[in-house]
This record gives sequence, C-alpha cells and structure tokens, in this order.
Amino acid sequence: MTNADKDPRPKYLNLLQIRLPVTGIVSIAHRLSGVLLVISIPAGIYLLQHSLGGPDEFSSLSGFFSSSAVRLVLLLIVMAVAYHLFAGIRFLLIDLGVGEHLPAARRGAWSVVGATAIAFLLALFVVI
Amino acid sequence: MNMQMTGLRAWLVQRVAAVYVGLFSLYLLIHFTTDAPGSYSEWRDWVGHPGIAVSWALFFIALLLHAWVGMRDVLLDYVHNTAVRLVALLGLALFLLAQGLWALTVLLGAGT
Repeated sequence: MTNADKDPRPKYLNLLQIRLPVTGIVSIAHRLSGVLLVISIPAGIYLLQHSLGGPDEFSSLSGFFSSSAVRLVLLLIVMAVAYHLFAGIRFLLIDLGVGEHLPAARRGAWSVVGATAIAFLLALFVVI
Repeated sequence: MNMQMTGLRAWLVQRVAAVYVGLFSLYLLIHFTTDAPGSYSEWRDWVGHPGIAVSWALFFIALLLHAWVGMRDVLLDYVHNTAVRLVALLGLALFLLAQGLWALTVLLGAGT
C-alpha cells in the first residue's frame, strides 16, 4: 500500500471494460443491497414507532403508504431484502460446501437472479 | 460492539445473526399474509405480547450485529487511511448503537 506509487506492475481498473462473471456480480450486488438496507434501518424503526404511537398515528400510516413515491421506495427496499436474503442463502450453502465449485457456483448465482426476478413480479402485484 | 472482534468470531456472528434475521423475516411475511392485524389495538397487542416483543428485540439485536460485521468488512475493504477508517468505524458503531437503543425503547413502549 505504501509503495503503490513505485509499483511498476500495470493497473487495469477501467470499470467499464472489466467484465465481471455472474458470480462476481451476485457478490458485489449482495454488498450493495446490504449497504442500502443498513441505510434504511432508521426508516424502519421510525415506521414501527409511529405504527405503535396511537390509533391516529396508526391510521395515518395507510395514507402515507398510499403515496406512489413511497410505494416505489418500499418496492426498492423489499427487493433489496429479497435479493440480500437469496444471495445470503447461497453464501451460507457455499459455507456448507454446497455449490462451491465453479459450475455449481454459476448455477447458484443464476438461481439467485431467477428467484429475485420471481420475487419482483410478486412484489409488483402487491405494491402496485 | 467489540472493535477487536476478528476473523472467525465475526464470521460466526454474521452467519448466526443472518439465520435468525432470515427466519424472523419469513415468519413476519407469513404472519402478515395470513393473519395481518386489522386495527391499531390488534397490532399493538401482537407486538406487545411478551414472546413476540422478545423475538422483535432479538431481531433488532441480530440485525444490527449483522450490519456491524457487514459494514465493517466494507469499510476495511475500501477505506485505507487509518484515521479515516477509525472515524468511520466509530461513526458506524455509534449509529448502530443508537438504532438499537431506539428500537428497544419503541418495543418497551409497546409492551407497557
């Protein structure tokens, strides 16, 4: 790290030209969805607090959730939860030695993508 | 939250917490699709039920521990300046601690 400037090895970090395999995409997306979910924790606790704050606050939430902007954000968070869960289950299975080697790891990664697509269609039915 | 929490222990905490958070989320999904609370009093009674309130508290504790390990890994991977890294980790720990205290306060309020 300290010798980074003197290091003669070539660097190739053009993110537009690096083609990540599906396993790599599933991995970095798991990380991104996790960060997004951490950021949305306060909103979740805030909503829980208001839902428990009394009958008036409870019923005002249904008005809040009828806004289409709110529903869109909710859809995004629900999809981040679903994706993070599916990709997380895959990582737990890999810990157990299931789907560890390349062909199975690729199938697992595609299964995560497929499961998320199905969850998205289901969520669309509920949210829209 | 222990800054010294290293390697294997962090890995284990992350996984155990993940399993609890995942199972509890599944339980919430099933509960809300089959037996959604229809009114404020039903909702509050459900959350305030001792078993449910404790499960919720454990959920928040597991969620925040999981968030700590995950975000710590992200910060260690991308933030290389020691001072900035320490400030970021401290900020993260304080943020998660505050979220935990807030969530537990809300749950205690529902239980009384």
